[in-house]
Amino acid sequence: MSLIDSLPRVGAPKLPRIDGLIPWIVPLAIILIWQLACVTGFVSARVLPAPSDVALAGWKLLLSGELARNIWVSFWRASIGFLIGGSIGFMLGLANGLSPTSSKLTDTTLQMVRNIPHLALIPLVILWFGIDESAKLFLVALGVFFPIYLNTLHGIRTVDPQLIEMGRIYGMTDGELFRRVIFPGALPSIFVGVRFALGIMWLTLIVAETIAASSGLGYMAMQAREFMLIDVVVLSILIYALLGKLADSASRTLERLTLSWHPAFQKH
Amino acid sequence: MQEALRFLSPGAEPVDRADFVEQARLLRRGSEAQARGLSLTLRGLRKSFGDNEVLRGIDLHIPAGQSVAIVGRSGCGKSTLLRLIAGLETITAGTISLGEDARPEDVRVMFQEPRLLPWARVLSNVEVGLGRERTSADAQARAESALVEVGLADKRSQWPAVLSGGQKQRVALARALVSQPRVLAFDEPLGALDALTRISMQRLLERVWHDQGFTAILVTHDVAEAVALADRVLVIEDGRIAEDFSVDVPRPRQRGSAELAVLEGAILKNLLEGTEDTSDL
Repeated sequence: MSLIDSLPRVGAPKLPRIDGLIPWIVPLAIILIWQLACVTGFVSARVLPAPSDVALAGWKLLLSGELARNIWVSFWRASIGFLIGGSIGFMLGLANGLSPTSSKLTDTTLQMVRNIPHLALIPLVILWFGIDESAKLFLVALGVFFPIYLNTLHGIRTVDPQLIEMGRIYGMTDGELFRRVIFPGALPSIFVGVRFALGIMWLTLIVAETIAASSGLGYMAMQAREFMLIDVVVLSILIYALLGKLADSASRTLERLTLSWHPAFQKH
Repeated sequence: MQEALRFLSPGAEPVDRADFVEQARLLRRGSEAQARGLSLTLRGLRKSFGDNEVLRGIDLHIPAGQSVAIVGRSGCGKSTLLRLIAGLETITAGTISLGEDARPEDVRVMFQEPRLLPWARVLSNVEVGLGRERTSADAQARAESALVEVGLADKRSQWPAVLSGGQKQRVALARALVSQPRVLAFDEPLGALDALTRISMQRLLERVWHDQGFTAILVTHDVAEAVALADRVLVIEDGRIAEDFSVDVPRPRQRGSAELAVLEGAILKNLLEGTEDTSDL
């Protein structure tokens, strides 16, 4: 092990709890400074409400049940859209990575469609689906499709050919070769796609909900704007940040569980 | 056989791990008595890649259980010859015949790179070597005994990433050995190892070859290694067998002994003369 690897271990056993808190120091400091700036009147409450006011607004919405309902609606849209778009992207990535025929047939088309910003389709999507659930699901699914498709394809195409040759020498059938060599080899790249897709998932949903929706976090923020409830607007933005962080942590945990063989994920 | 019966009998008392592995080894030894090396016959073997003719007619007979080293300058076609024998390339012309009862898992290859699956623990990597018998009930016991043979039994549940280069190559050897191959082809298996690890690996290779009696074909650029390990050294030049030395030095061989040094000198001289010839052209 190199010197750099051994460095954190020197301090780690002494301060295990503080170690876990380090990433939160900066966000907490920002909130603290923000609160101070608002209390001292340095920032007008009409520009930016104090964090305490935002928390209060959140508490009120929580009591009325409105907050939980809107978070749930947004979360549901995000996950269903992600599942639909992600699984189609994954399947097509597999098909095009494994079969040259499939790749010849569809890859060019997909590369062309990829260059259209999916949010540019919002007017069309509203005309097609109105402003109900399917419109949002369609946009989220379209948004997450491409990062997952591209990274699955890339992962499969870059599996070490020497390992594939080894698998064939040792008599692996096509199914076994996929299960034991190709898929695990492509997995790190697939996870990169998943994390990209999670970012796009929230982005798409926010835009779709602020433009055309009758429920959800984006809708809550737009409603609040109409009534000049700036604390609720800021609250929605903060919740988006937390949900994004949550999705990222979930994918990291999944990565750690499935890629425990990878030197980058091994515990020292 | 009594050992085997005791091991298989359902009423047998539970044995501890060491005993179990030892008995698995005895079982293996028993079946190896019939499954010795295969003989190999190559006739008029040619291989071209496009216009480039790499092998230009190789005629060779390797008796069962012999260990043959193939040396030659880089690009002489020695690795191609090995890949043809292992069935990794298609033959352009000529024939390769193994014994008539040869199965695909009788021929195994060990490469310069260990080619271990990074996402499988050491033991599962060895199990890969069982080929179609991977799912049989004794797969794990066989993989464990192969690991014992290369001295890595204690690494069975490690990831390959934490092993040293020499250890990885030993796992690759265990994977090649676990199906009890009758021909084992080595493509510069020690090329990427440091000098000390090379020497201990050479001893290990010699020991398993002696214990298991497979036919060994070793491609190497290291003439000292060739004369230390092989019964016979072939020099390949321009896609043909230029020279066929037999190494009549009794085993165990003393590394750096005068006999081996003389032979090494003769082979090296042969190889270097080839170089001068081409530079004169």
